[in-house]
Amino acid sequence: MKKGIYLLLSISIHFLANAQDNAGLTLPNGFKANLFAENIGSARHIAISKNGVVFAKLNRADKQGRTIIRLADENKDGVSDNITGWANYGGTGIYLTGNALYASSNEAVFKYQLNGNDEVVNPLNPITVVSGLISRRQHESKSITFDKANNIYVNIGAYSNACQEKDRTPGGKGMMPCPILDSAGGIWKFDASKENQTYGDGKRYATGLRNVIGLDWNPQANKLYVAQHGRDQLNTFFPSLYTDAQNAELPAETFYEINEGDNAGWPYVYYDNVQQKKIVSPEYGGDGKKEGASDIKNPAVAFPAHMAPMGVLFYTGNQFPAKYKNGAFITFHGSWNRAPLPQEGFFVAFVPFKNGKATGEWEIFANGFAGTIDGAKITSTRNAKARPCGLAQGPDGSIYVSDDSKGSIFKISYQK
Amino acid sequence: MGNSKIRCSLFGAIIMLLFVSIKTQAQNVENGKKIYQTKCLVCHQSDGGGVPNMNAPLDGASNVVGNDIARLVKIIKNGFNERVELDGLYYSNSMTANPDLTPAQISDVLSYIRTSWSNKATKVTTVQVQQAIKGNQKTSAK
Ligand code: HEC
Repeated sequence: MKKGIYLLLSISIHFLANAQDNAGLTLPNGFKANLFAENIGSARHIAISKNGVVFAKLNRADKQGRTIIRLADENKDGVSDNITGWANYGGTGIYLTGNALYASSNEAVFKYQLNGNDEVVNPLNPITVVSGLISRRQHESKSITFDKANNIYVNIGAYSNACQEKDRTPGGKGMMPCPILDSAGGIWKFDASKENQTYGDGKRYATGLRNVIGLDWNPQANKLYVAQHGRDQLNTFFPSLYTDAQNAELPAETFYEINEGDNAGWPYVYYDNVQQKKIVSPEYGGDGKKEGASDIKNPAVAFPAHMAPMGVLFYTGNQFPAKYKNGAFITFHGSWNRAPLPQEGFFVAFVPFKNGKATGEWEIFANGFAGTIDGAKITSTRNAKARPCGLAQGPDGSIYVSDDSKGSIFKISYQK
Repeated sequence: MGNSKIRCSLFGAIIMLLFVSIKTQAQNVENGKKIYQTKCLVCHQSDGGGVPNMNAPLDGASNVVGNDIARLVKIIKNGFNERVELDGLYYSNSMTANPDLTPAQISDVLSYIRTSWSNKATKVTTVQVQQAIKGNQKTSAK
């Protein structure tokens, strides 16, 4: 008996020590994690220079009033040691191409110039690339990515759950057609070399996307990939059609390959990952079974409901084992709308790709961000210690994951 | 002799009254919990913690345990989508209106959220809710 307890104790101490080694994360064999930074604020998306300087976009100003944080690791020990910052607007998007650093507020995209040491040249007077984008609280993040021809893709989230006449009303009808789609609920494309643009200068590249926070250009397929946050509250608004248990699994969080003109169906349909079909939303006369129009885009990969995909990264590095090359990492923030059932997410997933196409499979790559011992379930979202958000690849092929609740940046590397 | 009989039954009546009022108060909170579970829990979560940046917490919220009952009644009846600062933070979601809740049900759910988790405020009576609704109608008519 006593021996058993000692054994248990030493196993759990061993387990804890290992977990501490990897900044509390569980990773596949051969991978290691450490905290590159801690407590930097609400770190949303991140970008990394070819010298390994990390730039993080904060959703709210930190104590010094800054919203873009520059983190350098000058002694090269894997932990940031020189932290500075600038800007005074909250937001999510950040993207680095050459010496141009782009950052977004919830209404606009700005461009900064970096010098040869990755220091910002014009912190107080950036160029306004796009402004006047709709931001009505819900789904306000304007995440950004680029193609190879200097075009910028901006998510403009729908300021609504399911385009009901009155948002989030039990049994409420959906508006037909949904007027939100004219100026939101999709991805807009702009020429990054132009200044002071607004809606008229860009084009709606894809529609029917409720809210996309994670998006990235797949360099192998030369195509845009986006991860959508599916709609909420099927059970609370339509209790005669959906149980709590069904709502916890519906609809899927969806990952799409996007071609110009694509329509992912929001708000008229949602993707049901149990039936593997596009189903008409109850706000538009659906009953949980009726199928939607066939010209609606199918997802490349469907994930469990409500886990909230936040960042997408196509891995092009050489450090990780070969299976990861050209595949996609996706951060999941963790759910709230699975309640009263336990929450899910709070991890980084890996999506394998073959010849530029998703295989349809996915696996958990890095877990344990929520900080619960032995995978105990989070029942209330605020109890998650860290919530994975931004993703970027360092020059050595390591990947970095930001957490927007406590402001950690995790660095994940592979050692042969 | 007769006097003490009266005293005795008076005492009994007081005890009865006390008992009844304690019992209804308990039922009040129990009923409020049921309403919370069907109409509020999804956003505000089982521990009243809300969802960071999205749905405001009720546990520990200064307005929830505060004295402005009229404001709380208005939020529950009409929903809430103003993105005002709440204890130093902002929340992006829109709260559902509850036009179908009766004053008694609103007092129940308010009593539940004001006395649950770490909250230790007073319960709210149906009369208080009725007065608040009247007051809110007057101010919105202006
Ligand atoms: C759809 C999600 C949702 C539901 C359902 C919901 N709420 Fe809310 N609630 C919110 C959000 C979001 C806010 C903050 C809104 C804002 O800042 O504009 C809020 C704010 C509040 C506040 C004000 C908190 C403060 O600090 O001032 C109270 C009180 C409240 N809710 C109570 C309730 C009760 C009681 C119910 C159930 C009858 C309920 N809510 C249902 C999302 C919701």
